[in-house]
Amino acid sequence: MTEQTLTPTLNLEERFGDWVTPDTRKGYEGYLVAPEHLIDCAAALRDEFGYDYLASLTAVDYLPDGKMEVVYHVSQSTGGAPLVFKVQVPREDPVTVPSLVSVYPGAEFQEREAWDLMGIRFEGHPDLRRILMWEGFEGHPLRKDWKEAYYEEDTKPFKSRWPAGQVHRVEDTLPFGKNVKYPQGFDPEKWTPVEEEALYASLKRVPADEDLPTEQLIVNLGPQHPSTHGVFRMAVTLDGETIVDLKPVMGYLHRNHEKIGERNTYLMNIPFTDRLDYLSSLSNNFGYVLAVEKLMGIKPPERAEYIRVIMAELTRIQNHLFAIGMFLNDLGAFFTPSLYAIEERELILDTFEAVTGSRMMCNYMRFGGVARDFPPGQLERVRDLAFNRLPAIVDEFDAYLTNNEIVRARCEGVGVLTPEQAIAYSTCGPVLRASGVPYDLRRADPYSIYDRFDFDVAVRYHGDVYDRYLVRMDEIRQSIRILQQAVEQIPEGPVIEGKQQYQVRVPAGEAYGRVEGPKGELGFYVVSNGKPNPWRYHVRAPSFINLTALAEMCKGNKIADAVIILGSIDIVLGETDR
Amino acid sequence: MSESLNSPGYEIPDELQGTVAITTLDRIYNWGRRNSIWPMMFGLACCAIEMICTAASRYDLARFGMEVMRPSPRQTDLMIVSGTVTKKMVPQIVRLYNQMAEPRYVLAMGACASGGGPFKEGYNVVSGIDKYIPVDVYVPGCPPTPQALLHGLIKLQEKIDQQSLKEVPWYKKAPSEPIPVPVLGPDIMDPRDYEKIKQFTLQPVTPVQEEELSA
Ligand code: SF4
Repeated sequence: MTEQTLTPTLNLEERFGDWVTPDTRKGYEGYLVAPEHLIDCAAALRDEFGYDYLASLTAVDYLPDGKMEVVYHVSQSTGGAPLVFKVQVPREDPVTVPSLVSVYPGAEFQEREAWDLMGIRFEGHPDLRRILMWEGFEGHPLRKDWKEAYYEEDTKPFKSRWPAGQVHRVEDTLPFGKNVKYPQGFDPEKWTPVEEEALYASLKRVPADEDLPTEQLIVNLGPQHPSTHGVFRMAVTLDGETIVDLKPVMGYLHRNHEKIGERNTYLMNIPFTDRLDYLSSLSNNFGYVLAVEKLMGIKPPERAEYIRVIMAELTRIQNHLFAIGMFLNDLGAFFTPSLYAIEERELILDTFEAVTGSRMMCNYMRFGGVARDFPPGQLERVRDLAFNRLPAIVDEFDAYLTNNEIVRARCEGVGVLTPEQAIAYSTCGPVLRASGVPYDLRRADPYSIYDRFDFDVAVRYHGDVYDRYLVRMDEIRQSIRILQQAVEQIPEGPVIEGKQQYQVRVPAGEAYGRVEGPKGELGFYVVSNGKPNPWRYHVRAPSFINLTALAEMCKGNKIADAVIILGSIDIVLGETDR
Repeated sequence: MSESLNSPGYEIPDELQGTVAITTLDRIYNWGRRNSIWPMMFGLACCAIEMICTAASRYDLARFGMEVMRPSPRQTDLMIVSGTVTKKMVPQIVRLYNQMAEPRYVLAMGACASGGGPFKEGYNVVSGIDKYIPVDVYVPGCPPTPQALLHGLIKLQEKIDQQSLKEVPWYKKAPSEPIPVPVLGPDIMDPRDYEKIKQFTLQPVTPVQEEELSA
């Protein structure tokens, strides 16, 4: 499995000569590309080899080696394993790497994130501003030598807590009693704030018209706005009611997932992944354990595989139900459709609670299996849901909504994304598939046991808001099909390989584990140096990357439609901001 | 309800029972308020999803007269801080709080809003909203179940029952002071802390501190 998915068969050295060298570090894969040839190399990979989809871009700080590394995972939109290539640069200020936005527009936000958190300057990036933290924040927090105010030790468990058991916390010794720190010599009264001019300057303006002077109107939606699904903000320039340009502003829920994740042990991270996309915690668990299992080289027993699939598909169903309910909220059908959706979702949450112990934050999967088996009766309950209740519900939703005149009038032809754009912007999940690209990781690069089930990849071809809604409906139906097969086929047996451990041994190396989450490709890039804590832990968050295409979808539409376009992407802020 | 409202201390003649009620101003005033708390439609993180579930049909906030969620702070009585408070968000939260009309209440829902929660050590996370605005009720949990949130709301009702028109701050002569909005600098800064910050950052580093810093 590892061989097959990790080693690309193509021979890049033949094509690129000394532009590339294979990455020979133990446990690593892919190629190192010379920074000066990065853009040419990427363009050739896209045009000649068909790697037209930039799945993930992230950076790693190899402090002991004095190097920074940018890691690119690219895929073919027709399917197959990803190809990894990397660029290494010396770790001196300023760290610069050429920007790949010209080749893969989907790199835009990911490069901004790497600049914000790692301080890597991407030359040629059209709009390199901080994205999660605010302009003016001191330092680049994911660098290994950057320490937060509550810093205690590099890795957990902290010695002050365990094993000695005398609890004293750093926060009690801080001068402000708060989670803050300021640089020496900083004077709050003689300080000029960095205003948000850079944001507003980056917005395109209405072209000046000699005969008809037009006012520039910039509108901010959010972060406190009923339609933004949490704390998300859009800055929009308007010409009348028409959107000229739009910039998403995020980071209002940036909870430092990755920094905390690199202090945690591997096992400690599982409950944190629950809180990424908090509507679908089990899918998040799934992606993370796959990545770590790849590093450890273990596989779960059969029964556990089935349980994982059942839980992941239930998660997808409840996520899509919720998404559709909230989407109708955005359309103006205030709360009634959501009430129906939430009622059904509660049925699935009851199963989650019975099996995992919690409604939302399930913390259920483990490396090499799942935490515990289904309690008696639950499998029958799932069977009943899959065969009776849920199919009826989808039909009911269909009957009420799909051909509703208002829904169609508001949704058809709005927020269109062409297949080429959808791929170029690295969109994923229902957004990509509604644009006519049948790319679903369960088929494109099958993981776990998805190759055993009979189901179709939901795909629609108009790329508008309506089709995204339809794709979600189709996906619920397909998930029900998978569920029906899984509950029939599930074998008896153990649910975890070996016995459960607090501390797992993870050999040095890197791994990228990805699953088709309800929102799209959810990837975890984990680098281990053989210690109990990951050296690098990165989440490729689908809702975050899907937002790269938001401006493109909104331009030319009315401001009122921005709300439903955002609703049709289905973002969850916990994952967007991490 | 009528029982606690109607505690006259006077004998109401039998024929007037059920027609006349004698109560105190405080009681009737609080009775009205406790049963029509309008929460702000304001979700921060994971806990907000449980808040939505609480409002939906299974748990049904409407039973408490609280189903009217308003996105505008001007029309709300209660801010449910439902999720992780980040430094980037806290200025907005304080502004929203300042915009709410009195009487106003704050319920910190979940571990994050109460004290930082699982993400407490994060560089962008505030260790509880009570570092910035006063909190009336804390609801533990990560996330609190809808039942727990309902329990918290009932506690808030109990708190309202205890208040008296004579003492409540919102009928004092002067309007209450708004809370200074924190500023995003190199790190979040509370204007009330400026003196303290200066004391710390502008002083020369003592050898002891230096040792600590380099350690
Ligand atoms: S308390 Fe837990 S569930 Fe609530 S916002 Fe914080 S992490 Fe999320």
